[in-house]
Amino acid sequence: MLGLNRKDASLLIIVAILVALAPVLLNPFPEQSGLAQFNAGYPDLMQRFVIFGIFAIGFNILFGLTGYLSFGHAAFLGAGSYAGVWMLKLLTINVIPAIIISTAVAGIFALIIGFISLRRSGIYFSILTLAFAQMSFALAASVLTPITGGETGLQTALDDPRILDGANATGNIPAPSIFGLQMGDSIQLSLGGWLWTFNVGYYLAALVMLSAFYLAIRIFRSPFGIMLRAIKSNQQRLNYTGLNTKPYMLACFVISGMYAGLAGGLMVSMDPLAGAERMQWTASGEVVLMTILGGVGTLIGPVLGAGLIKYFENIFSKINDNLLHKWFAFMPDGAEDFIVSIIYPFVGKGWHLTLGLIFMAVIIFLPGGLVELGQKVAYIFKKKNPTPTSTPNTKPAE
Amino acid sequence: MDQIILQVLNGLDKGSAYALIALGLTLIFGTLGVVNFAHGALFMLGAFCAITFSRILSLSHVVIDETQKDFLGNPLKVDVPHIYDWFGESAGQAIINWSVPLAILFAIPVMIIIGVIMERGLIKHFYKRPHADQILVTFGLAIVLQEIVKYYFGANQIPNPAPEAFIGSFDFGAAIGLKAGTIIYPYWRIVYFCFAMLLIGSVFAFLQFTTFGMVVRAGMADRETVELLGINIDKRFTIMFGVAAAVAGLAGVMYTPINPPNYHMGMDFLVISFVVVVVGGMGSLPGAVAAGLLLGILESFASMRQVIEALPGINQVVIYLAAIVILLTRPRGLMGRKGVMED
Repeated sequence: MLGLNRKDASLLIIVAILVALAPVLLNPFPEQSGLAQFNAGYPDLMQRFVIFGIFAIGFNILFGLTGYLSFGHAAFLGAGSYAGVWMLKLLTINVIPAIIISTAVAGIFALIIGFISLRRSGIYFSILTLAFAQMSFALAASVLTPITGGETGLQTALDDPRILDGANATGNIPAPSIFGLQMGDSIQLSLGGWLWTFNVGYYLAALVMLSAFYLAIRIFRSPFGIMLRAIKSNQQRLNYTGLNTKPYMLACFVISGMYAGLAGGLMVSMDPLAGAERMQWTASGEVVLMTILGGVGTLIGPVLGAGLIKYFENIFSKINDNLLHKWFAFMPDGAEDFIVSIIYPFVGKGWHLTLGLIFMAVIIFLPGGLVELGQKVAYIFKKKNPTPTSTPNTKPAE
Repeated sequence: MDQIILQVLNGLDKGSAYALIALGLTLIFGTLGVVNFAHGALFMLGAFCAITFSRILSLSHVVIDETQKDFLGNPLKVDVPHIYDWFGESAGQAIINWSVPLAILFAIPVMIIIGVIMERGLIKHFYKRPHADQILVTFGLAIVLQEIVKYYFGANQIPNPAPEAFIGSFDFGAAIGLKAGTIIYPYWRIVYFCFAMLLIGSVFAFLQFTTFGMVVRAGMADRETVELLGINIDKRFTIMFGVAAAVAGLAGVMYTPINPPNYHMGMDFLVISFVVVVVGGMGSLPGAVAAGLLLGILESFASMRQVIEALPGINQVVIYLAAIVILLTRPRGLMGRKGVMED
């Protein structure tokens, strides 16, 4: 199907079904129950799941296939965001041109940075990309303020030209929309105690994510993808056979940058505000965390990692000590305080600590990330009963 | 002329912090071959050693002072640090006043222990793994360390003043015969620079003039042969990791009066320190020091008003720009050795 073998096609279909049903699946707890705050099925968070999924898929095409660790990928996301907001300001409030232009701008940006950075490899490549990203961040926050809005960020305003929409100097600032459907629009369905929100922006982002995912599968399976893996395993040998690896690397870098730009474009389509902090190197570090956590070089891993980190960020960071006391109220007072004082540093404001610890554990014990964990569990499962109940969907690139 | 001297001086103190961190990074890289992204966190831990030390010093108990009355007419309760009881009031005050320099004595053992635990507990297992894995695991460690510090010390900057004797500025211009008042330079920054030079000098002397240092240098050049000679090089390299951690920590201790520390100061310095190491040349100790000072000076020249007017924003990017230019024209950095990290 669609030029995929059966395994990949079934993976794509499973992902598509999961993504389509996400508003239902991510809201497993009734609205009034105490566990409702573990629900992740609200539009803002779901949009972030898929958008960062795209970002991580793109990063994985570079790092997972070629082993080149870029520490400056957020620069492309930022460049894409700025380009997207400018399209929304100047051209039309329809998001399609914004998304296309932000992908293209990020691609051009990646072409320039990649052309220079790819002259070196290994840690030098990491440092060069880091240097470029920090430069872009510093410039965006200071000198380029007329273009980027500086510290406050760039956003749409009422008196923007919006050539295609015609002038509307009255009323509210128009929200980004696609052919009249606003990104913030959603249909709410209430069933029993459950409340499900089906959001236009989420489904647009999900559609884009699925096509990006499909494209990533095709890249992984193509001769081009095999060439990239060959670069990872032994670039020198490829050079000795008389093959110039540079065009392949550059193409890969640009594709990866365009994915980041696409994510940036979608991000501003959902919320038309782009700030310089999106380019900072901590943002680049975050996508590295996502990819590693999910599983480097696997197809589904980065999406899983992105989802997990964004879930942690939003849900775990909301847990405060009052809530913990409520949960453990059934215990005797001393034990309750003791348990709360142990758990408290790891949730709420301290969720980064949990993230760092999980990340370290993954690197140390599970270099293949969550996907490897799944495979190991499946393997143990298989050994116990001869008829396998579940098979791993993907295999690592190496 | 006075402008130039002023900018050189301004660059030197920041540059010496860069140089110290880069020196430690290079030491770890040269001995263990590990790219340590947690080195900025060690710098930060050092700064918080100073904070902890000054807090320990000012631990106090309440004494009721009968001679003074508060506004209700009750005897005034006064917090008296324990240290006053032990050393007398004036000596106690002097000790608290000098807490930053004294924190060095506290930070050295603490940082060496942290370094050795880090190496034995974590980094040891990553020698055989690819550089990307080393970068990532130490990056994770840096996040963990800084979150722990954030949990205990909060997210705000914590001021930690220099001894009173060094508060104030020194009229450098008058001292070298220029017009008075043109080159004003805080005392503490002079202290910082001298301290950094002393520390760098002692690390070099340690490597150059002691038997231990000689073995370490031999191990850096050819680890296998040293091992074949029956020397336990692993143990020495572990100690060198401790030394590198202590160097970063001391840089942090002395930096607290210049810039009140907060939990992410390490990350801010780390990125630049990596650039410094790469510019100086991977694995070259003199290169790291020279590049640190050079980039510090370059940065302060770029922040001159005239330069910013000519090239807006240059002060923000000059370090990265320099790194890009140097990496592309001199791939090994300024003083890089052949065969180190070439792939």
